[in-house]
Amino acid sequence: MKKLDFNFTPGTTLQGKWQGHTYRILKKLGEGACGVVYLCKRNGHTYALKVGTDSSRMMLEVNMLKKFSKVQGVKLGPSFVDVDDWVTPRRLTYPFYVMEYVQGQPLPAFLQGKSKDWIALTAVQLLSDLEHLHAAGYAFGDLKTENLLVSASRVRWIDVGGVTAFGRAIKEFTEFYDRGYWGCGSRKSEAQYDLFAVTMIMLEMVYPKRFIKGKDPHKTLHHKLALAQMPDFCKKVITGCWQGKYQTAKEMKKGLEKGLMKRPSKSSRVSRATAKKSSSDRSEWGEWIAISILVTMFYGLSWL
Amino acid sequence: MKPGRLKQILLLTDGCSNYGEDPVVVAALARNQGVTVNVIGVLDDEQRNHPQGLEEVESIAEAGGGVSQIVYQKNLSQTVQTVTRQAMTQTIQGVVNNELQQILGQGKTMEELPPEQRGEVVEVVDDLGEMCDLEVLVLVDSSASMHHKLPTVKEALYDLSLSLNARTGSNQFSIFSFPDPKSTIKKMIDWTPELDAIHGIFSKLSSGGYTPTGPALKEALYSFASKPVEKNRHDGEDPYEEAGF
Repeated sequence: MKKLDFNFTPGTTLQGKWQGHTYRILKKLGEGACGVVYLCKRNGHTYALKVGTDSSRMMLEVNMLKKFSKVQGVKLGPSFVDVDDWVTPRRLTYPFYVMEYVQGQPLPAFLQGKSKDWIALTAVQLLSDLEHLHAAGYAFGDLKTENLLVSASRVRWIDVGGVTAFGRAIKEFTEFYDRGYWGCGSRKSEAQYDLFAVTMIMLEMVYPKRFIKGKDPHKTLHHKLALAQMPDFCKKVITGCWQGKYQTAKEMKKGLEKGLMKRPSKSSRVSRATAKKSSSDRSEWGEWIAISILVTMFYGLSWL
Repeated sequence: MKPGRLKQILLLTDGCSNYGEDPVVVAALARNQGVTVNVIGVLDDEQRNHPQGLEEVESIAEAGGGVSQIVYQKNLSQTVQTVTRQAMTQTIQGVVNNELQQILGQGKTMEELPPEQRGEVVEVVDDLGEMCDLEVLVLVDSSASMHHKLPTVKEALYDLSLSLNARTGSNQFSIFSFPDPKSTIKKMIDWTPELDAIHGIFSKLSSGGYTPTGPALKEALYSFASKPVEKNRHDGEDPYEEAGF
């Protein structure tokens, strides 16, 4: 594979060979396995632009982006804007594509200082999106924290490169989130493949440094879950998922929502207040009400 | 387009050859016989700089029309599957590019098509990668310096079979190790569709002080040629119609 032999500095412009659109680079946003993503501007609009080396892989990403910007009227990935080639002054050609710039916060930063109920809420949001994607016959594949951003209290996918039709092999995955790595199933694309990844994202919110499988992967998973600082209903849903209790994203979402909508019982409120001396009962309640409102809004939205 | 059957040799080693014919020449020969040669150089996790001789890894893969990568032990599983897949895609792309040249004229490759058409071509390549049948002969250097890496190798191979068996196309794997005092290479696992029963395969290994990579590759190539043609599991049906070809 050829190496990227350029480094865009802010202010550089690049023009597409086929469509002829010109983009001005504002700054680098990040680097992925097969390319670099920049923030750019064209006609006063800001976009995210990805330049890479592997033409095939870039094109597959574009195909997915085109397909999944919107599924059944629901916005899933970033919207697709443009695809083209850029010819460097030294006559080298690099493929690039342009998409909507999703402005947001990485999930770990967003969750900082928030109550543990957000773990369930974030998972519910993810599962709602997955429901739509699965209905279209595709699994997300490489579902991981790095591929998510929180924009206006809502989780959004920013990389749909791993989306795979049901029944095919998952080609892109990250070990920590991959059920194959944990000995919990195959790498065939199906709804449950993504559901497993959701449970690992939930665990990662408690273990930001992640963990490795060790000698006995199943034992490691259950041990980490038992020690995890998260609401019991979350643990119950995660265990249920690992045991194959949920066939669809909807079922798993229901399990979590049931836990979220439950009023905190008196005893659990007391134990939480004593466990966390710094936070008063009142602020816990405030947060609970806020979450309930969000869940209700969410319910409302998914009914539309 | 017919997906067909791809043949690969995957060589796992940690040093350079020091005995027998030039592995680069043998790799070129393999390519000529329709067998792609991929090479992975395995480093110790605490190894700082690349040891001498590992450039050979790249030359062998290049001559063999395959993919090479030098990795730390801990990343072996992911690398083995990426390298195998990349090589598959590369081979299929080569075939598709040949077809394109026949249609569009000399010198035309996929990269030169406008993005719209390129998008359609990569879908075809992707479909073929999902559906083609694949034969992978794994050739493991088990010389003394590799010994403590063999458990990781085993795990990586199991993981490879997990990845590839999620595909629609069928797979066949076999594992050989070298050096072997009697016949250069030693068959550890005969052709099998799954690598989940490979516990203890590297337990009884004799290691000599030499690394005959070239001769080992050649033996591997012979064993490809003498492989009995097993019945294609798609026989008797037309998979392409079903798959939308």
